Amino acid sequence: MNPNLKYKIGFIVAVVIICVYFTLGLPTFPTSFTQLKQNFEHQIKLGLDLQGGTHLILQVQLQEAVAQETDQAVDRLTTQLREKNVHYEEVRRVDDEHFIVRGVPSDQFNQFRDVVHDNNFEGNWTMGTAPGETNATLFTMRPTTKAAIQETTMSQTLETLERRINALGLTEPTIQKHGRVGQDNEIMVQLPGEGDPAAAMRVIQAGGQLELKLVEDPQTYPSEAAALAAKGGVLPAGSELVQGTAENRTQPGQNGEVWYLLQRTPAVTGRDLRSATESRNSEMPGQWQINFVLSSDAGRNFGRFTEANIGRQMAIVLDHKVYSAPTIQGRIEDTGRIDGNFSQESAHELAQVLRAGALPASIKYLEEATVGPSLGADSIRHGVQASILSLLVVMAFMLVYYRLSGANAVLALLLNLVILLAAMAMFGAVLTLPGIAGVILTIGMGVDSNVLVFERIREEIRNGKSASAAVEAGFDKAFLTIIDTHVTTVVSAFFLFIFGTGPIRGFAITLTIGLIANVFTAIYVSKTIFQYHLAKMDRQAELSI
Amino acid sequence: MIELFKQPNIDWMGKAKYFFALSGLLLIIGWSAILFKGGIKYGIDFKGGTNVDVVFAQPPNIDKLRSGLRAQGLNNTEIQSISSNGLASNSNEVLIFVEQSAQTDQALDDSKAKVLTALKAEYGVTEGKPDFNSVTPNPLANLLVEKDPLGLGFNAGDRYQTLAKSLLAYRDRDKGGVLSNFSELSQAAGATPAVVAAIENIYTLAPFGIRGVEIVGPKVGAELRNQAIRVTLYALAGMLVYIAFRFYGGQIGGSITWSSKGGFLLRFVDRIIFGVAAVLAVFHDVLITLGLFKIFGFEISLTVIAALLTLVGYSMNDTIVIFDRIRENNRLLRKEPFADVVNKSINQTLSRTILTSGLTFLTVLVLFLMGGQVLRAFSFALVVGIVVGTYSSFGIAAPLVVAWNRWRGHGGVNTGTAAGNKSRGTEGGTTRLAPAGRR
Repeated sequence: MNPNLKYKIGFIVAVVIICVYFTLGLPTFPTSFTQLKQNFEHQIKLGLDLQGGTHLILQVQLQEAVAQETDQAVDRLTTQLREKNVHYEEVRRVDDEHFIVRGVPSDQFNQFRDVVHDNNFEGNWTMGTAPGETNATLFTMRPTTKAAIQETTMSQTLETLERRINALGLTEPTIQKHGRVGQDNEIMVQLPGEGDPAAAMRVIQAGGQLELKLVEDPQTYPSEAAALAAKGGVLPAGSELVQGTAENRTQPGQNGEVWYLLQRTPAVTGRDLRSATESRNSEMPGQWQINFVLSSDAGRNFGRFTEANIGRQMAIVLDHKVYSAPTIQGRIEDTGRIDGNFSQESAHELAQVLRAGALPASIKYLEEATVGPSLGADSIRHGVQASILSLLVVMAFMLVYYRLSGANAVLALLLNLVILLAAMAMFGAVLTLPGIAGVILTIGMGVDSNVLVFERIREEIRNGKSASAAVEAGFDKAFLTIIDTHVTTVVSAFFLFIFGTGPIRGFAITLTIGLIANVFTAIYVSKTIFQYHLAKMDRQAELSI
Repeated sequence: MIELFKQPNIDWMGKAKYFFALSGLLLIIGWSAILFKGGIKYGIDFKGGTNVDVVFAQPPNIDKLRSGLRAQGLNNTEIQSISSNGLASNSNEVLIFVEQSAQTDQALDDSKAKVLTALKAEYGVTEGKPDFNSVTPNPLANLLVEKDPLGLGFNAGDRYQTLAKSLLAYRDRDKGGVLSNFSELSQAAGATPAVVAAIENIYTLAPFGIRGVEIVGPKVGAELRNQAIRVTLYALAGMLVYIAFRFYGGQIGGSITWSSKGGFLLRFVDRIIFGVAAVLAVFHDVLITLGLFKIFGFEISLTVIAALLTLVGYSMNDTIVIFDRIRENNRLLRKEPFADVVNKSINQTLSRTILTSGLTFLTVLVLFLMGGQVLRAFSFALVVGIVVGTYSSFGIAAPLVVAWNRWRGHGGVNTGTAAGNKSRGTEGGTTRLAPAGRR
């Protein structure tokens, strides 16, 4: 036998072994049939549509984080200007990315510039004159700053969600950015096997922003307007009004809203927490509470802070709502608790959320899909049955129509499937229902390549060529056609992958892998088998095609 | 040797006018249905809304269901009976679609909650006892550990975890997601009478089970629709560029001579006419398939877009096989009129075309018949696409090239005595497809 041919056969056998190893040989080398089955199930991951589960698309409200940055800049500039005795009429946020400073006297303008400069506002803001206004400076957030805020918000959100969802103890959840062109504020969460997403959805969306703030005024108010009126229309500097929760019953008999006047700067935030756990409420039977422990640094600060403020009230604010406002009885080092009308379940969820940390921006659900296990089982049964049946029909036809050469095509097709499965296992691609359709289409394309070659070989034989010359010419002539057809289909699959989402992507991946495998099997492998056959058979014999 | 066609000799180009008429007719029928009967029917992923897939123990009374939904304030609902095999009218499974409500600040799963309430109210499910037909493995395992019907004592968690999975696997795989009474459960692996009795004590059985829920927000829908159209156009443009490049005028040669008549644009189109014709043919396929979708009442969903793009690829594939032959023959048969070269090329590839299309058609037909409800629209697109895509290659794409050449006046007999002129006998002999001359 031609040594070249030997290498070719060796190469093909090596490919087959590697592929089979990737589909069946990992993660532990199989010694039994059950192990083989387990390996296969481990290597070929099923999509949610086949195994059942919940799929969520959520949108992070990045604009909130940007607006927050502007708010903080306004706060910081106001404080600094007051400290340096620079006069101004107002510093006000215009929209999410702009704020305006009005009425700085012209003789203080240089001082104003210095304050801005010393606090490094230029790093994040560009200053300009406000259109249509005199004596006003408009601050515009730099696009790079905005992009940086959006990026950190997004990555923080992803990390927080990961911690929260992992705490739920589900098997293999997926949390990842969900990319559409030109926007990256969406996150896809997939929870395989989870048929009831309600709890997961609550935990994902919970804000979890904990703040402890000193109460400025022991008085509470039934409405925001009433509080403002009591303070003569202007709140004291550095203070804010925060609403109490509906369950907040600090004042018995009160049914309406409760508003507290709090210090704006929190003494402790959720970042300072070391742990949070739920426990039964010792005073209110049947209710639950959340106990938290602060980190050691925050604990020391909090100790000093509480010591200095004994006798005053400390509000426990969660997601901008006051849950309770107990009086500080003595120095508190590092523990605290949140009272509320909690059930065991809600207390458990809240403790989980507090442990995982707060979200930097709120979240909106865009899509939810739940596939029940029975639907998934149905789909996979239909998909696999359809694939196997079509494969059998095609193989039977090829064997009848092209006789021995048909066996060649059947081998190429089977090898194509093996490579396809191995590649999916290698890249960790997920098999979805449209993916199965991609497999079936690959079978179709594979047959097409074989038919193209075989028909060409027949033509050559009809034109009086010898078997080996006909095979050579047949492959040669069909080659360009096969490349052309495959490249065009890969081009469209490429666009599907880049711009498509979810099911479309799964389809594009299987199709592309299948097409590449196809070029290899229908040309290289098939030709090698022909050559092997030709080398063994009688020179004058007819080719069985 | 089994052969479909011995030496076919069909005058395809002579029949071109019938093909154009047939395509025109199909386009008119399909698109008048779309234009005058409420537009393209979009699936949930493009229009937004809530889909709840419910399976009942008995075939449900749709009217009763509808009035129950109305009682919950859901007026814009569509209830569709579905069945995983065939088109049985008396199916146990229905798909309830609720239109996206106008209020945007409503919770996304508001409609889902209402549908569930309506089902519970209509089918007399008592609150209090949890429903076994909607329980998930973990809560079930916890309850089993608590009741301990097998008397395993402590540390029986793993055993009950396995049992819970096996019970629910029986419900979902063998019973299609819904049990009609608890005694059925005794057939599940590991379900002793004590276990069944314990479950019967804790749970109630709703006469229905939820197989799946799909909720899409209104904004996503519109966005996706634009995206799908964009993707399709990009893919078509990508193919146009590739084919125009592979079949750029300079390589065709043969009986086509390039005139310098006309403006720059016309002369440019002369050179990329193969690419243009292929893309037009594929576009024609997509339009016809969309029309047929409307006529047969299938919805256009995200997966159908994937199928449409596949058919684009497939039809292109078919066209290229024929164009490749035309390119090859054109070099060999320099003295023949271009239309004859095209006819000959189609005839030579005919048995391949029929074989491949036939086999691919068979595979997608299997998918259509056996793929179940979820893949029905998808595989319908492929079934139609393969027929139309194959037809358009010889019926539209090739005649378009011929017609264009005739119109531009250079599709006639070439009188030049080209140096590379070969006698017909050697066609398929030593000549190979020359690598592209101009790149």
